[in-house]
Amino acid sequence: MDLKPGIQNNPFPGEVQPTPSGGILVTAIDDVINWARSNSLWPLVFGTSCCAIEMMSTASAKYDWSRFGFEVTRATPRQADVIIIAGTIVNKMAPALKRLYDQMADPKYVIAMGACAISGGPFFYNTYSVVKGADHVIPVDVYVAGCPPRPEALLNSLITLQKKIKAGMTREQIRNESKNETK
Amino acid sequence: MREIKSREHKNKIYLYRETQIVSDSTTSPDVEGDLVINVGPQHPATHGVLHLVISLNGETIKKVEPHLGYIHRSIEKMCESLSYRQFIYVTSRMDYLSSHINNHGCAICVEKGLQIEVPPRAQVIRVLMDELTRLASHQLWWGAMAMDVGALTPFFLAFREREMINDIMEETCGARLTMNYMVPGGVMVDIHPNFQRKVKEFITHFKNKIDEYDELVTGNVIFQNRTKGVGYISKEDAISYGMTGPSARGSGVKCDIRKLYPYEVYNKVEFDEIIETEGDSFARYIVRMKEMRQSLSIVEQLIDKIPEGDFQAKTKAVLKLPKGEFYSRVETARGEFGVYIVSEGGTTPYRIKFRSPGFSNLSALDKMTRGGKIGDLIATMGTLDLVIPDIDR
Amino acid sequence: MTNEELKIKLSELLSTVTFEEAGQWLNVNMDPKDWLSFAGSLRNHPELNFDYLFCLTCIDWKTHLSMVYHLESTQYRHTIVIKSKLDRNQPQIESASYIWRTAEFHEREVYELFGVNFLNHPDLRLLILPDGWEGKFPLRKDFEDPVNMIRL
Repeated sequence: MDLKPGIQNNPFPGEVQPTPSGGILVTAIDDVINWARSNSLWPLVFGTSCCAIEMMSTASAKYDWSRFGFEVTRATPRQADVIIIAGTIVNKMAPALKRLYDQMADPKYVIAMGACAISGGPFFYNTYSVVKGADHVIPVDVYVAGCPPRPEALLNSLITLQKKIKAGMTREQIRNESKNETK
Repeated sequence: MREIKSREHKNKIYLYRETQIVSDSTTSPDVEGDLVINVGPQHPATHGVLHLVISLNGETIKKVEPHLGYIHRSIEKMCESLSYRQFIYVTSRMDYLSSHINNHGCAICVEKGLQIEVPPRAQVIRVLMDELTRLASHQLWWGAMAMDVGALTPFFLAFREREMINDIMEETCGARLTMNYMVPGGVMVDIHPNFQRKVKEFITHFKNKIDEYDELVTGNVIFQNRTKGVGYISKEDAISYGMTGPSARGSGVKCDIRKLYPYEVYNKVEFDEIIETEGDSFARYIVRMKEMRQSLSIVEQLIDKIPEGDFQAKTKAVLKLPKGEFYSRVETARGEFGVYIVSEGGTTPYRIKFRSPGFSNLSALDKMTRGGKIGDLIATMGTLDLVIPDIDR
Repeated sequence: MTNEELKIKLSELLSTVTFEEAGQWLNVNMDPKDWLSFAGSLRNHPELNFDYLFCLTCIDWKTHLSMVYHLESTQYRHTIVIKSKLDRNQPQIESASYIWRTAEFHEREVYELFGVNFLNHPDLRLLILPDGWEGKFPLRKDFEDPVNMIRL
């Protein structure tokens, strides 16, 4: 949750230079693209167990997440940006999860919700079929603790993801930067 | 990752819906020329991760085969290394919508083994929590079922009421969804001083809302056309498939454990067992709507009559059940939940088996949906009210 | 019917049963090779009418396996528990899925977790374990899996 100091936290990136007939916005293209991406992330409907109910609570009227841009939840991964892994991942489901992640188009982000997705949770010891953490399967950007996490905690994680995207610090963006540097 | 095997059989056309994995080694024979499609494991209408392999002839269903195991967390093996106080809370992650009732069943089983007497205050608190949980579970079922059939508004209305119950539970138990509240011997802490006032407010608020639910969905012509005559199962088949709960009561089977083998204070409150005889999806829907009213009346009868006293019987810190076998049955929102403990005298159980209601209810899905269309399958699954972690354990 | 009447009736149907009354319900011990005919008569006999099988499971005692069936009658509301001992090296018993349709899924689960072979089962294959777990029987007491199982 601690981001490096000095990151941009403005509502809109850039400065406006006032001119007589309006204004000119001076900014960097990367900043504008990051701002646009972070404010309209569409999550994928993926809930395996109990955390899915808290995800549905966050989507409904009391803790509405569409205030933050997560308006449309898509059923198909080809049209989604974020996958929120809500629930335990077991050995039988792991290839399906990997396949869903591969089908999502770039840029894509992952939130691991709940103790089971972070590290296997209550099912860590003495089970033969649980994957001890979703990051054995796909790379994760934000982890939310709780069993299940409160809807406010999930909203906090969504805001953190938005901040990370604006600062250019998600795994996707770091990977792209290092690819561009080596070219 | 492991490679994905594909089925090789000539003349078969594979069409993947939501393109998911198809690597199970199914060897059941299909007629050549059948269209085989997958519904799930990731699909908005499967209430969890259920993978159905459907064989179609045009659009008519010929066979439905459920593939389970996408959330099999080996709970039964894990419980063999947990103590008798610890294993109760794993069951609230199994059927997470009736988590209090599952915990209650486990606590009753341990109490049977140790011959503990539960004080009357704890009994009434347990029944109140059970009935509130049943209400919350039916509310979510109503919202999810209407969403499956195509209406989106009831989903938000259902969650609005469910949040009121979650707030009440959170003040007393500390959590909203997986409330670890029942212990062998009673409940963990006493109820909050605001509990009675808030529950009374909720009762008056919900009585109007349930009539609103009926107006919105039950009387709707489109909904009735989608569910009447769909997913029929007869009474003998329902008993033979082991169906319990509201799904079986829609076909005329009398199977309410609260009436047949009453536990706690259920023999002292007045409520009806709702039986419908048509056996189709609409009958199961009506059973659950009427059960919501019955639960509300049980809460109303008990909320003013909580006796004073202890909320927990005195037990040792480390529990050791004597050698033998114990079985307890409770009625969850989905049906009969059974806990079977085999003990060898140690501090951990030797073998635990959880008889989950969804497992038997799902096995009847094939019988109910043959000859129908895919839309009928989704409507039937909505009325069966399946929670998949309960089935896979 | 009370336990005494049940004992008399069941001994008439199959002479080699033994009874135990230590638990909540009447426990009936029988041999696995007589299971199919005994089950048929339990279901169809007009005074017994055990039509509801509510729990089917297996227990691994370290020297042998034992199958447990919990039966109830919806008409007369009596309950019995049937147990039968199986040989650990080659456990097999007749399938009851044509008598009680709920047994089909339950027996598949016992097959994959314990290794009991059900004869004449319509479709015996893995239900909740992934592919490749055919030979391993996880719920047996001698199951070792150093990769997945982390011991406390």
